[in-house]
Amino acid sequence: MSDQVEQAEETVETLHGCPVVYSRDQMVLLVAREQYVGVVKSLLADGFDVCIDLTGVDYLSLPHRVVGAGVKPERFEVVVNLLSLTKRERIRLRVQVPSDDTTLASLFDVHPGTEAHERETFDMFGITFDGHPDMTRILMPEDWDGHPLRKDYDQGFIPVQFKGTNS
Amino acid sequence: MSSVISAGTNEGGQELQSRSELTAKELFREVGSVLRLSEAEAAKLAEVQTEVPEDQTMIINMGPQHPSTHGVLRLMLELQGETVLRCKPIIGYLHTGMEKTGESLTYMQGGTNVTRMDYLSPLNNELVFSLAVEKLLGIEGDIPERAVWMRMLLSELNRMSSHLLFLATNGMDIGAVSMMLYGWREREDVLRFFQKVTGLRMNHNFIRPGGLAADMPAGWRDDVLAILENLPSRLEEYDILMTGQPIWRERLQGVGAITAREAMALGATGPILRSTGVAWDLRRDMPYLRYEDVEFDVVVGQYGDAYDRYAIRFNEIRESMKIVYQILDRMPSGDYRIQNKKVTPPPRARIDESMEALIHHFKIFTEGFKVPEGEVYVGIESPRGEIGCYIVSDGSANPYRMHMRAPSFVNIQALPHMMRGGLVADAVAVISSVDPVLGEVDR
Repeated sequence: MSDQVEQAEETVETLHGCPVVYSRDQMVLLVAREQYVGVVKSLLADGFDVCIDLTGVDYLSLPHRVVGAGVKPERFEVVVNLLSLTKRERIRLRVQVPSDDTTLASLFDVHPGTEAHERETFDMFGITFDGHPDMTRILMPEDWDGHPLRKDYDQGFIPVQFKGTNS
Repeated sequence: MSSVISAGTNEGGQELQSRSELTAKELFREVGSVLRLSEAEAAKLAEVQTEVPEDQTMIINMGPQHPSTHGVLRLMLELQGETVLRCKPIIGYLHTGMEKTGESLTYMQGGTNVTRMDYLSPLNNELVFSLAVEKLLGIEGDIPERAVWMRMLLSELNRMSSHLLFLATNGMDIGAVSMMLYGWREREDVLRFFQKVTGLRMNHNFIRPGGLAADMPAGWRDDVLAILENLPSRLEEYDILMTGQPIWRERLQGVGAITAREAMALGATGPILRSTGVAWDLRRDMPYLRYEDVEFDVVVGQYGDAYDRYAIRFNEIRESMKIVYQILDRMPSGDYRIQNKKVTPPPRARIDESMEALIHHFKIFTEGFKVPEGEVYVGIESPRGEIGCYIVSDGSANPYRMHMRAPSFVNIQALPHMMRGGLVADAVAVISSVDPVLGEVDR
C-alpha cells in the first residue's frame, strides 16, 4: 500500500525507460507497445533468462482503472512474467493493447517458449502477435467464432458451433 | 480429407504444414530461436534437414486416442522411414474453459475449479490458488503454522503419488507392464490417505484461501508412517526391475535429450530443466511455505535425456519422503485455518446457537468474500514444474481474471525439440518422460 502512495508523489522508479510499480510487493514494469520487445531483450541481458508466462487480460468493464505511473489504460493487457534463475527474481511486464488495434510484437525470437502462450492469448483474446511463426488457434477448434476469454463473450448456453454436424 | 475438416476455417490450419508449403527459412527460424542462434547459424546444423523430397516423407497422426499420449494429446509426426523429421503437438481436446469458469466462481469456490486442472497433483493446484488469493488479501503472513505445515505435508505426499504414477505410466509405455500395476498400487496407498483426510481421492478442494478445510483426522500420523515404511522396499524393487536393466537403459538413455539452454529458452521447468543439470527448484530457490526449514536435496541430471528425467522423479520420491519425515517430527499444534472472520466461516457448533453465525456462514458461502483490487502472480513447484497462478481482482468476490500457468502446457513445447531426428519408436518414451497431464494442458 505504501508503495502506491509513493508513486503518486512523482518519484516514479524506472527500468529500461519504463515505469516500475509494485503490486503486493511484486515488481511490475509498465511497458509501452513500441518498447516491448526491446525491453524484454534488455531484461534478458540483465539475466531474466526464462519467460515463465505470457497471458492476456480483457479490462472491458474497467475502462477507467488506474494502471499506475500515469500510464493510459487500454482495453487489453498482455502480461508477461519473467524469471531470473541466477538472481532468483521475478519481474512482470504489463503491456497495454488498445481494442482498435489488437496487435503486439511476438517474443518468439527472444523467448521461443512463448510460442504456445502467444497462440493461447490469440485464441482466447484475439490479440495477434506480429512475427509469430504459427498464429493459429491452439485450444479452440480452428473454425470457432469469437474469442472466449473476452468479457463480452457470453458464458453458458452457447449453441454448439461444430460444423458438419446436424444439431 | 483435410479439406473437408478445415472447410470454413477462418484462423488457418492448426495442423502440421506439408513440406512443400514450408520454406527452409521457417525451419531454421524455429531451431535458431530455440538455440538462440541466427537463421544462418541454424542452417549450418546438420539436424535440420531441408533437402528431403516430399515423396519420401509421411505425415502421420499419433493420438488423440493413442494410449501412450496420456490422455488426448495428438502429435503430428513427419517421418522419413523411421526417423522423425518434425513434430507438432496439437492440443485442445480437453479444453473446457476453466479460466473462464473461474471468473464466475467466488474465491471460495475457485478451489473446486482449479483442483481439476492437473488432476494428478490437485493439492498443488489448490495450494497455488490459495497462496495467490492470500497474497491479494494481504494475509499471507498470518496463516497459522499448523496450516502451513499441513499444506506442506499434503503437497509432498501429492508429489509422491504423482511421481509414482509417472513410474507406472513410464514403465507401461516402455513395455514394463508389471510396473504399471506396482506404481498404481503404491499411489493407491497415498490416495487412501487423502481420502481419509479430505474425503476424496482426487479433486479435494481441501486447501482453501485462509488455511485448510479441516484438521487432520485421528491417527493420521500412523497412516503416513505406514506409507513411508512401506515405500523404501518397494522402491528398491523398482530399482531392480528398471533402473539397472539393460533394456530399460537402452530405451531411455540418450533418448529425447535437450540442453540446458534449450530447456530455458523453451520455458521448461521441473524435472525437464533439472535433467539438463540446472539445479532449479522453487522449493529451495524461492521458498514458499516453510521449505527453507526442511532439509532436502535438489536432484539434478546431466544429459537431459529421458533416463535422467526418470531418475530424477524416482529420487524425488525419496527426497519427498525425507521431507515428510521432518514434517512429522515438527508438525506444530494450533489452528488449521486463519481466524479472520472475513475469510473463515464460523465453526459448525456456533451455527446452532447463534443467528449471526448462521447468517455469516450463509453469506460467506453464497456471496463469498471481497478481495481488494490488484493483481498478483504466485508460482510454486508442482511435480511437473512451476505451476503459477495469476489473479486480477477488481474488488469483488470473483476474480476478474484467473490464469493458471500450467507446467505441462509449456513443457509440451519441448516435445518437437526432443523428438527431432529421433526414431518414431522413441516418441513414446519421450512423451512419457515429459509426463504431461492433459487436463492441465488444455484447462
